[in-house]
Amino acid sequence: MSRYILRRLLIAIPTVAVISFVVFAILALAPTDPLSSFGADPRVPPEVRATIRTALGLDDPWPIRYVKWVTSLAQGNFGFSFMSHSPVIDLLKQRVPNTLAVVGVAYIIGVLLAVPIGMISAVKRYSLFDHAATTFAFVGFSVPTFFTGILLIIVFSINLRWFPFIYDSTLQIHDIGSFLDQVKQSIMPITVLALFDTATIARYTRAEMLEHLPLDYVRTARSKGLKEQVVVLRHVLRNSLIPVVTLVALGVPTVFGGAIVTEQIFRVPGIGELLVRSIGDGDTPVVAAILLIFAVLVVLFNLFADVLYAVLDPRIRYS
Amino acid sequence: MAAPAAELTKTNVLVGAITRPPRSLWKDAWWQFRRHRLAMVALGTFIFLVLFTLVGPLLYHTKIDVIDFTLSLKGPSADHLLGTDDLGRDLLARAMFGGRISIAVGLTSVFLAITLGTTIGAAAGFFNRMDNPLMRLTDLFLSLPVLPLLLVIIYLFRDSLRAAFGPELGIFLMIVGVIGVLNWMPVARLVRASFLSLKQKEFVEAARSVGARDRRIIVRHILPNAMSPILVAATIGVGGAILTESTLSFLGLGFPSDVPTWGRILYDARNYLDIAPHWAIFPGLFIFLTVLSINFIGDGLRDALDPRKTS
Repeated sequence: MSRYILRRLLIAIPTVAVISFVVFAILALAPTDPLSSFGADPRVPPEVRATIRTALGLDDPWPIRYVKWVTSLAQGNFGFSFMSHSPVIDLLKQRVPNTLAVVGVAYIIGVLLAVPIGMISAVKRYSLFDHAATTFAFVGFSVPTFFTGILLIIVFSINLRWFPFIYDSTLQIHDIGSFLDQVKQSIMPITVLALFDTATIARYTRAEMLEHLPLDYVRTARSKGLKEQVVVLRHVLRNSLIPVVTLVALGVPTVFGGAIVTEQIFRVPGIGELLVRSIGDGDTPVVAAILLIFAVLVVLFNLFADVLYAVLDPRIRYS
Repeated sequence: MAAPAAELTKTNVLVGAITRPPRSLWKDAWWQFRRHRLAMVALGTFIFLVLFTLVGPLLYHTKIDVIDFTLSLKGPSADHLLGTDDLGRDLLARAMFGGRISIAVGLTSVFLAITLGTTIGAAAGFFNRMDNPLMRLTDLFLSLPVLPLLLVIIYLFRDSLRAAFGPELGIFLMIVGVIGVLNWMPVARLVRASFLSLKQKEFVEAARSVGARDRRIIVRHILPNAMSPILVAATIGVGGAILTESTLSFLGLGFPSDVPTWGRILYDARNYLDIAPHWAIFPGLFIFLTVLSINFIGDGLRDALDPRKTS
């Protein structure tokens, strides 16, 4: 077991290395000049620009630049933003909590809703509930998140005037009133994300439960006189949840990706919004840092999912 | 796969069930598919939407780029069935034209992804030597953060491609290219799994014993048997690709505003939600209906092609 985890870790390290190289290569090979925002400024004379380039090491050959970049990343130095002239790490520290407050809560709600929905649809297959849940799931993963967001804004912000459609991150929670304000402004972004997550996970839970329900061990459990409730919850659900848990772990990085769109619609100042803004500004250090964070998240949660699977399912062969 | 038809018909007559025509795998699948009511409705909807974008502009002659400020931001009316945008351009005409591009992006990028995925998966599954390196490559691609990477690549390479191929074709090629290149991995895994089990089967041995070369065995013998999961993945992939394209356009990193794909129309409409909600609602509905119908078709196909479900 520990050998399996160790081997899995050893695969993850080169993956991160290669991905960091891919990120670097895309940004370095791109025809867009990282100093183009300076270039547009006529007050900067060409000699000064050349000095800046040399000072930033932009004229070094690319292997040297890559090694420099990676070594400073390894020391926790993400560089400075071209736009705000503050360290990238500070920008990230400001942004990540906002993303987590929306995306994290939405994902937890999604999982908590999805598992019971999937379970009931599987147990009562082809019932009214199952049909309703299936329709809901198909709508959930067919409707683009930006369209759900826009519809919610039209209905609840513009027509009913219940919720604000711009997320105010400066809001401090100190009493019931401000807490309610926070709830009000989070409701729509969270609903948009949770709708999508619930749909995917519920569908998957249903499929897994349906695979397990006709198996022999279920019949055995019933025939020894266990109550149906016990059979479903203790036997079928526990076995079906193993792959679902893996899917939930694998889904975490995707959810962060999906947050890019939602943050854009509701103007939530999270890392997705920062990424889109920095891409538009040509702020290469910030873009590189965020891309790398997303990539590390993917590798990390893949690793986590594999290890979790091995821990939860003793039948897995560690080969 | 093909059951003796005569015998089947006989038993069906005996049981008093509906008689089926003599069947092949694909006819059988079609027969199954037709009984999936939702999938049939979805297929109808999808065909309607494709015709709407292809034939629509032939019947509906309003131009997509006639600017008329007196008609700015008008709701649906007899003259402009879906209303107009801020420059007074007709939204029905724009939605028809844009839909063509959205659907074309979906189909071509999935074609690219399927071709890449099938080639890589087949090579990995058939040739033992290539299995490990190719699967490592697949894992590596699966670890890439797709949406952020798409955004960055498109932003960085947009101008050079636009210069090389012109504004419309350049962006089209790039979006199709990146969506295709970042989405082949699940298909490669599916195809590899099918190939691993199929290459052990007797019919492959039989083909080899009569002297068939690797190439022929792969293309003529194994691939047709591995087609069902590829087809299902392709169908659902088209929906995903349309969603990705519209997401990119919605973030302002897709097509320029003179190429009004559905996502782009929504992007332009997002600041006028209070005075012109129709501008955002109609293109959004088109994306939703297209993707929904594609997902239902995929679901029906999966049921129809599932060999465990023979009825």
